[in-house]
Amino acid sequence: MAKKKPITPPESDSLLNGTRRDFLKQSSFLTAIALTPVSLIKAAESGLDEKIAAVFEKVPLNITVNGIKHDLSVEPRVTLLDLLREQLHLTGTKKGCDRGQCGACTVHVDGKRVNSCLSLAAMHDGQHVTTIEGLANGDQLHPLQEAFIKHDGFQCGYCTPGQIMSGVACIREGHANNEHDIREYMSGNICRCGAYPNIVNAIQEVSKGGQKV
Amino acid sequence: MNQFQYVRPTEQTSAVKSFVKDANTQFIAGGTNLIDLMKMGVVTPDRLVDINRLPLKEIKKTTTGIHIGALALNSQVAESSLILQHHPVLALALNAGASPQLRNMATVGGNMLQRTRCGYFFDTSMPCNKRQPGSGCGAIEGINRMHAIFGASESCIAVHPSDMCVALAALDATVTVLGLKGERRIPFADFHRLPGDHPEHDNTLQKGELILAIDIPDAPATKNVAYLKVRDRTSYAFALVSVAAVLNIEGGIIKSARLAMGGVAHKPWRLHEAEKSLIGKPATLDNFKQASQIAMQGAKAYKYNQFKLKLGPNTIVQALKTAAGVA
Repeated sequence: MAKKKPITPPESDSLLNGTRRDFLKQSSFLTAIALTPVSLIKAAESGLDEKIAAVFEKVPLNITVNGIKHDLSVEPRVTLLDLLREQLHLTGTKKGCDRGQCGACTVHVDGKRVNSCLSLAAMHDGQHVTTIEGLANGDQLHPLQEAFIKHDGFQCGYCTPGQIMSGVACIREGHANNEHDIREYMSGNICRCGAYPNIVNAIQEVSKGGQKV
Repeated sequence: MNQFQYVRPTEQTSAVKSFVKDANTQFIAGGTNLIDLMKMGVVTPDRLVDINRLPLKEIKKTTTGIHIGALALNSQVAESSLILQHHPVLALALNAGASPQLRNMATVGGNMLQRTRCGYFFDTSMPCNKRQPGSGCGAIEGINRMHAIFGASESCIAVHPSDMCVALAALDATVTVLGLKGERRIPFADFHRLPGDHPEHDNTLQKGELILAIDIPDAPATKNVAYLKVRDRTSYAFALVSVAAVLNIEGGIIKSARLAMGGVAHKPWRLHEAEKSLIGKPATLDNFKQASQIAMQGAKAYKYNQFKLKLGPNTIVQALKTAAGVA
């Protein structure tokens, strides 16, 4: 597994310049409140730069995404979805409703499918995430990706990464043995183009094929 | 989403202590409801206490029943061989709720603490006594199709959204919670409350108390059970009405009955009188119909949820038929 260099928070270069950096170095007061971020919020409210507060609010996060280990520092309010898309630039995972209602953001965490929009990135310290980008084996598509193409399991394609991640999990869980089960266990993924019959066919074919998914 | 401090204790007592230090603190487990509410600005904590590192995930057999740790996932409980063997109605209810993805995130404790899905609660531009005490209720004169027909008040007509809790109400579970003064046990029927004048309180937890576990006593019956959920689409929607039924039938006679409804009240709605009416009687359609009529006594509908007065008893009858295997 490759180990990536830690990603620096994008705003830190502009933030920790000149006088601010000196200010931070000199200030034992700030070191103390770094350990108690609530007081830091209060410090920010009482006139200190809010962006400084944001830097100190960050929490360390070690997370493995598609086999690549990342040592990050994240603001606690960043969702797993936003971390993947905005910081790791894995834009295959889609933001649909951002409320856990559509399933477009489905990824696997430690092998289980979850809605990445309703989960804070910081809560996944030490965990393994697989996104749609991590499904293929090099140039060789995953069998369910092949099946979606063959069965025309999409129209606009926006829900497709979530459908495929959910579909792979559905097969692995053993919930893809018949059309009824597939429809029930895929109900967390909405397709507004209405490609459902083709999605069911794609999942059913791979499930019946019995190959490792 | 507002800024907040994030802490991640690994031990129960420190979790409880870190909660009560500040006024505006929330525990977070699966986060499937809380993060949604935080995005909407309905809940704006200064501090989140992530309890996922606490050792509260175990599902085990005890001498008196089944013990489920508060952090056991909804999917884990629904697939547990112990639950399927001893309390199949709980697995049925869990699988009727949310989606597979959400069930992989949501915990048992979090499921109990779900907030209502009333649209006026979620919309911060509307009045809501639950969100902002004293601001009024948008639903009483508003779009109240999803709302309560039992136990509502002038302040609030919201319903509790959980399926799991309907089954737990029928199963007479007990909730163990930890506060600064130590542990205490709350019968499931007393855990959630009716809105009264204080709809801002969904349950009887004291501030800072943490749910540790659910204990379910051995059920008198595991064969004749059903969970029937009626909703606007076949799957992945909140209940209009749901019914959990656990019957003990011997030689065609009902020896004991447990019935609870979801989607009709501020808490899971146990149907004690209807249960009593069934005991000692043959498991027949007529007796089920009679029980369903008894169950609906005291029901009060609003402008858009009149249909629940018919849907309710019909759902009870259908659930009883399914549980009893009566055609």
